[in-house]
Amino acid sequence: MDTFLQQIINGLTLGSVYALVALGYTMVYGIIGLINFAHGEVVMIGAMVSLSVITALLGAHVQLPSVLIILAGLIVAVLVCMTLAYGMEKIAYRPLRKAPRLAPLITAIGMSIILQNLALMIWGRNYLTFPTLIEPTPHNILGASMTDLQMLIVALAGLLMAGLVFIVQRTRLGMAMRATAQNPQVAGLMGIDINVVISAAFVIGAALAAVAGLMVMTYYGIAHYYMGFLLGLKAFTAAVLGGIGNLAGAMLGGILLSIIEAPGAGYIGDVSNICGFPCLGDTLQEKCTASDGQLSLFGSNYQDVFAFFVLILVLIFRPSGLLGERVADRA
Amino acid sequence: MKFNRSLGLTFVAAALVTAYGCGKEEPKKVEAPATAGAPAMPGATVKIGHVGPTTGPQAHLGKDNENGARMAIDDANAKNIVIDGKKIKFELVAEDDQADPKQGTTVAQKLVDAKVAGVVGHLNSGTTIPASKLYSDAGIPQISPSATNPKYTLQGFKTAFRVMANDVQQGSVIGKEAVTTLGAKKIAIIDDKTAYGAGLAEETEKAAKAAGGTIVAHEFTNDKATDFKAILTKIKAKSPDIIMYGGMDAQGGPMVKQMKELGIKAKYIAGDGVCSAEWPKLAGGAAEGQYCTQAGVPPENMANAKDFVTRFTGKYGPIQVYAPYSYDAAMTLIAAMQKANSTDPAKYLPELAKISYDGVTAKIEFDEHGDTKNGAITLYQVKDGKLMPMAMNVGGKTEKVGAAPPTSSMKSDTKAPADTMKSDTKASGDAMKKDNKAQ
Amino acid sequence: MNRPRAKSIPPKVWAGVVLLALALALLPFVAAFAGQAWVRILNFAMLYIMLALGLNIVVGFAGLLDLGYIAFYAVGAYVYALLASPHFGIHLPFWVILPLSAGIACAFGVLLGAPTLKLRGDYLAIVTLGFGEIIRIFLNNLNAPLNITNGPQGVNLIDPFRIGSFSFARPEVVLGVAFSGPQKYYYLLLLITIGVVVVNLRLQNSRLGRAWEAIREDEIAAKAMGINTRNIKLLAFAMGASFGGIAGAVFSATQQFVSPESFGLFESIIVLAMVVLGGMGNIPGVILGAILLTLLPEVLRYTMEPLQNALFGRVILDAETIRLLVFGIALVAIMLYRPAGLWPSAVRKRELEVKGGTA
Repeated sequence: MDTFLQQIINGLTLGSVYALVALGYTMVYGIIGLINFAHGEVVMIGAMVSLSVITALLGAHVQLPSVLIILAGLIVAVLVCMTLAYGMEKIAYRPLRKAPRLAPLITAIGMSIILQNLALMIWGRNYLTFPTLIEPTPHNILGASMTDLQMLIVALAGLLMAGLVFIVQRTRLGMAMRATAQNPQVAGLMGIDINVVISAAFVIGAALAAVAGLMVMTYYGIAHYYMGFLLGLKAFTAAVLGGIGNLAGAMLGGILLSIIEAPGAGYIGDVSNICGFPCLGDTLQEKCTASDGQLSLFGSNYQDVFAFFVLILVLIFRPSGLLGERVADRA
Repeated sequence: MKFNRSLGLTFVAAALVTAYGCGKEEPKKVEAPATAGAPAMPGATVKIGHVGPTTGPQAHLGKDNENGARMAIDDANAKNIVIDGKKIKFELVAEDDQADPKQGTTVAQKLVDAKVAGVVGHLNSGTTIPASKLYSDAGIPQISPSATNPKYTLQGFKTAFRVMANDVQQGSVIGKEAVTTLGAKKIAIIDDKTAYGAGLAEETEKAAKAAGGTIVAHEFTNDKATDFKAILTKIKAKSPDIIMYGGMDAQGGPMVKQMKELGIKAKYIAGDGVCSAEWPKLAGGAAEGQYCTQAGVPPENMANAKDFVTRFTGKYGPIQVYAPYSYDAAMTLIAAMQKANSTDPAKYLPELAKISYDGVTAKIEFDEHGDTKNGAITLYQVKDGKLMPMAMNVGGKTEKVGAAPPTSSMKSDTKAPADTMKSDTKASGDAMKKDNKAQ
Repeated sequence: MNRPRAKSIPPKVWAGVVLLALALALLPFVAAFAGQAWVRILNFAMLYIMLALGLNIVVGFAGLLDLGYIAFYAVGAYVYALLASPHFGIHLPFWVILPLSAGIACAFGVLLGAPTLKLRGDYLAIVTLGFGEIIRIFLNNLNAPLNITNGPQGVNLIDPFRIGSFSFARPEVVLGVAFSGPQKYYYLLLLITIGVVVVNLRLQNSRLGRAWEAIREDEIAAKAMGINTRNIKLLAFAMGASFGGIAGAVFSATQQFVSPESFGLFESIIVLAMVVLGGMGNIPGVILGAILLTLLPEVLRYTMEPLQNALFGRVILDAETIRLLVFGIALVAIMLYRPAGLWPSAVRKRELEVKGGTA
């Protein structure tokens, strides 16, 4: 039982990070229908910038409490990422708003390559270590362990998501966003400056990405210029799982994805143990005896397969994700 | 291959216009070993190729290898080596294969075209194997500093060598040491499902079983992962004495950190991919008291190893993993050329096969396949954030390394690794902070 | 390095065709002056032409966004690798395996297509992406409990293509002309590529091609016109996959070593970029895109350092870093200046002018 609980806790932490990144994908998609492939790189830039700021502050021998140092890193990272996303939208996506659907997808891929290699030039190829500012103290929760850093990550992610929901549901900007998502032309006629709304979606997404970047780095203690790719992919998958374009869906998708993939794959390993089967071949039978009856077809090496398999199943039964609305076809 | 000044200049000019192969291909022999037979000149340039992924997820390792080879070239040039009456200037032709087998062959062909006298590389087994065929066809000796797949040297190519223990050699030591020296009975294995990690894990598993250990779990991750909590949680339930990892330090670091966060008290041992000076830092202090193995003998036993480390870190920053091997690979090529008194691959290849060269990682000698001959493998333990040699395995026999500084008594360590861990983390954490400042 | 397009129905300009054929025949020798590496690069360019044309059927003709296309390439490559290598000790001839590769890849195409027929646009994209990863992970893991693919170690010593004792992997002198291994493969690849191009050209103008186009433009209208959209879409997946399978088999034979790391997600993305950048749905455009994106990184590899030397007198940035940076910038720039691709199809162009597409 404590193993199960532990897996849930692990999943929850990682899931909150996925969810934050997924929100960036989903907001942009919801409004202009673009898969912003470069979003993962924004997370990476956020992590790298905050790392630079934090190490610089530590190096300058300024006697500040660690919380302030982290906060400083966070603020700079958020600002840099917001500027970056704004610029990216303006240069690479805005001119293509009327172009064929796949054109901005290719520029997004191009931007992703550019950002990665810029980061490589600036921060080098090596894995960078993040100083342990918050000593992870494990707390015992019903036999499972959860560090205070994990709690902080989950809490902060929850807070940010609540904040975003507030912005989208309760403010004028949020209303404009929702209107633009419904119908950009009509929204424009109603006096909404669509460009501002789209920029806002990018910028807010980038801010969340920067926070996620810092979280990932503090949590794992390392950063690398290539880290954005995999994270972005996972978050994108999460967004689709929840129903891309839907905020609650992104959060649900993020947490669900991280909870099902890893532990799920673990249990699949036990379930797909083939040694109990009658009429195995001789070779298999031998291997079973050699491994004390522990021969499973699928182990944790199939973790990603399992995650994608769940995704495909969900999409077969709910073609627009768990919480996605049934939208009209896009050309 | 031999350029006088004017030819060199034409070459640069040609390169500006189009590709840089144009100037070189004029002597129009195709895929044949370069012939050395120009009239005696005061100087000659010899090209040595290096290939590794210098972009993409493994760029840090690729560049590290490249820097190792580059430093060897610089050192050789500083020595003003004279071969066959000519002063030789070595030149490194560094290429990026992005760890992609397809690009591996393309750049291998580029090096063959450029008539390099020898190749250091590639980094990954996946690119080294297909490329080795091209080098073999062209008769160019190739020494990989890091491709550990046993198959690489078992293809029957006379030109394929490596200065690194292969998976079988290293895995068997890890498995044996885990059981005998570290006294583990229940062993959990994790590998990253790359050719290297999986190969190493498989051999470790065999050796551990042979030594009397039981494998309680075998879990998998991948070489880009950062989160291992799910598999570690699963392993924790099996309460192993030791966790063995086949993979690289970028995963090994966070992994031991997460082990500690999950309260796993098991020991941890990994192969050379993890065994870098960076590992304790990447682990944020959590690697204290844990183990890893490296091919070669402890630096204390090698005359020039210390010097290499200081000079390399001074010039290029911290050693990632394989730079010393890469340095040795390049130096071995050059040593063979000196011995044969020729830079012609066809002439110095026989010398290379029977060379005995004192490198920075070990005494380098090749067996009939091109693997290192009964290569020593050293077991290291992390102490105060540094790797300290604690035992050495030569030809299947374990020798304790006593020279290591403070309190290297193995017994006390095996009894209470958890305690050591606790008391040392703080200190190493601080040390790490200092390191970061220094950067 | 540009290859002019091959016309499907040759008009009176036979001379042009002859010239083109001559140019293509001599190309490997011209390239060899710059180095054998360039012949290899040309070979890879042709592999990518096949892949891009295959993907073009799915994305360009039928309008189904596929981000996991490389899976079929992987399937083709492994079918060849397993049936012509010491791994299982089976050594079937190339011409037997080629259709087999195509067939099995085709079956996988249907396997992917069937459950995803209902999905639209970007949902399809993520499912195909997942499918591509699933295939790669399976290839990487099917060495236990039974060793089928040899896992991450890959399959080595795959038979090269050979006719009798005439092996394509060795340099040889034929009729007084020295052929290197890659040059021989060039002609084999050229033959297959021309075959693939011709089939594609015929497909485009066939009933099936028009049905795909109809589905791409408006699925509901297409259905109303009596097109069996389900079967036609499945056919798009199946045919696209077959070409991927053929390319994979050829890749295996040229490379003589396959391992799962050749079939990552990034490859799928690059092939998609070739299709979109060249001009979706337009065969010459797609060919252009494939050639451009294969050659560009290699040209940059050769020129970046000399160029910096010429401009600044020293190498400021490593060739490899700046190479990919320039590649990324090129992707963005080309799309910004030619949103419909470098050489869009005439139909597409007209559409764009009229309604300006939806974002």
